[in-house]
Amino acid sequence: MAKAVGFFTDETVCIGCKACEVACKEWNQLPGNPPEFLDSFDNTGQLDAQNWRHVKFIEKSPAGRPGGVAWTMMSDVCKHCSEASCMEVCPTNAIIRTEFDTVYIQPDVCNGCRDCIAACPYHVIGFDEHRGLAQKCTFCYDRLQNNLMPACATACPTQSIRFGDLDEMRRLAAARVEQLHAQGKSEARVYGDKEYGGLHTLFVLTDKPEVYGLPSAESAVLPRRNNRASYLGSVATALLATVGALVAIRGRRATEVRGEQAP
Amino acid sequence: MIEHFAAPPHWGWYIVGYFFFGGIAGGAYVLGTMLRLWGEPRDAGAARLAFKISFWVLLICPILLTLDLGKPFRFWHMLVDARTLGIAFKYWSPMSVGAWVLTVFGVFAAGSFVEAWRPQSGIGRLLSGPLGRPFMIVGAALGLFITAYTGVLLSVSNQPVWSDTWALGGLFLASALSAAAAAIAFVAIRRGGDAVVSNAKLFAADRYFIILELVLLVVFFLTLGAAASKVLAVRWLVLWLIVLAGTIIPLAMYVRPVLAQGRSPLLAPGLVLLGNIALRAVIVFGAHA
Repeated sequence: MAKAVGFFTDETVCIGCKACEVACKEWNQLPGNPPEFLDSFDNTGQLDAQNWRHVKFIEKSPAGRPGGVAWTMMSDVCKHCSEASCMEVCPTNAIIRTEFDTVYIQPDVCNGCRDCIAACPYHVIGFDEHRGLAQKCTFCYDRLQNNLMPACATACPTQSIRFGDLDEMRRLAAARVEQLHAQGKSEARVYGDKEYGGLHTLFVLTDKPEVYGLPSAESAVLPRRNNRASYLGSVATALLATVGALVAIRGRRATEVRGEQAP
Repeated sequence: MIEHFAAPPHWGWYIVGYFFFGGIAGGAYVLGTMLRLWGEPRDAGAARLAFKISFWVLLICPILLTLDLGKPFRFWHMLVDARTLGIAFKYWSPMSVGAWVLTVFGVFAAGSFVEAWRPQSGIGRLLSGPLGRPFMIVGAALGLFITAYTGVLLSVSNQPVWSDTWALGGLFLASALSAAAAAIAFVAIRRGGDAVVSNAKLFAADRYFIILELVLLVVFFLTLGAAASKVLAVRWLVLWLIVLAGTIIPLAMYVRPVLAQGRSPLLAPGLVLLGNIALRAVIVFGAHA
């Protein structure tokens, strides 16, 4: 197996140029959605089947400047979770882990059931209406197989998106947070070192994860957590319903009192 | 509270329809088995009708599920790994387990249908003998699973509302049994014949199913907490009113038969069936508001 790879996305140096979005679409031949005017400078809106990279423009009111607006830009992408919710629920085994330890949807196996979309807690996977498939970032699997960097990391002009060995990315992220703390940005934190067994896309954030549309470490739980309680609830209901039906079917009183009249 | 940012899977009316018809198919088989094994001899007609309904309604299910797929011709990927040609089965994925149980249940539904339709055929004679009892009990267990797993499937996700509660499996099971009882009674009234004599028993059973359904609806909202506001949005009001009309009114008519006097005998079971579709629709669509 090849070495596990990862992205390290530093929100503090993202300038919102969207070169990553363009490079991703170019390389992966994604036609994109019809253009829309959305809030802020965001014109793609979200990650979906056509947008495998999405630069978020998050508007905040800076402290001490009432009425002012400060942007935080963050290039979002599939997290390639070590414990991937999408992979867990996929009934067809279309979603696999590659030799680079990334998460990949096999387009020739996916049948478009969309269970993975309901499972992904990051709003990453979208349904491609034209191809009838669930789609998301492939981590440029074809480029990785040819010793090339993913298109987004290659195009990023500010090195906000870094690519390399996962361990190296973790070191870079930790070092960057230390640097930001030294500069007085005490709120800086790494996102992705704990969530879902460790993500392959690490972020340096300067606010709570929820502000960026990322679940907190406490919320980073897998769909299968609900299996036991849901099945137990069903079994308990089945027992009660069976007893009720037995009482109704065996109880002669029902037929005697009401005869054969429907209500 | 757990907070996710999941995209909606855009499951539409095909899936709502499957949840509805799948529930009736499983529930009718369960009721048919109970009427056959624990009913009186005169319940035989209703049992036969239940097995027939279970089979015919079950035929609709794979059609709806296949039409919902982005790649309908790859429906078989649910059962067979397209790369290895081995079995595709994940016990922790309700969709995977459900695909298998639906397939196996089809064998039981078909067997009991043939036995009900042509009792003198080879299969009919085989299932009328000692093999019939275990065959129906296993089929009924699978049928119960079919009624419940669709709710579990919704919960085993990271969608708001669906994944915030453990009550959906039980809620779908109770409401599916209610719909199945209503469907059997409805068809029996429409067709006439010997099946209609068991309607009082079906209505008595439905009374318990509806009470269970209402209790589980309360549990559903209690477990949702703040997320309940999504499914209680004004845009879903009509669907919730249909759900209430499909539970409260039939229950009142079952408990106080005087309320049913002078009204069509189809009213109560008809309302139950409508309420059942509305319940599934509001839960599937309401999470995406």
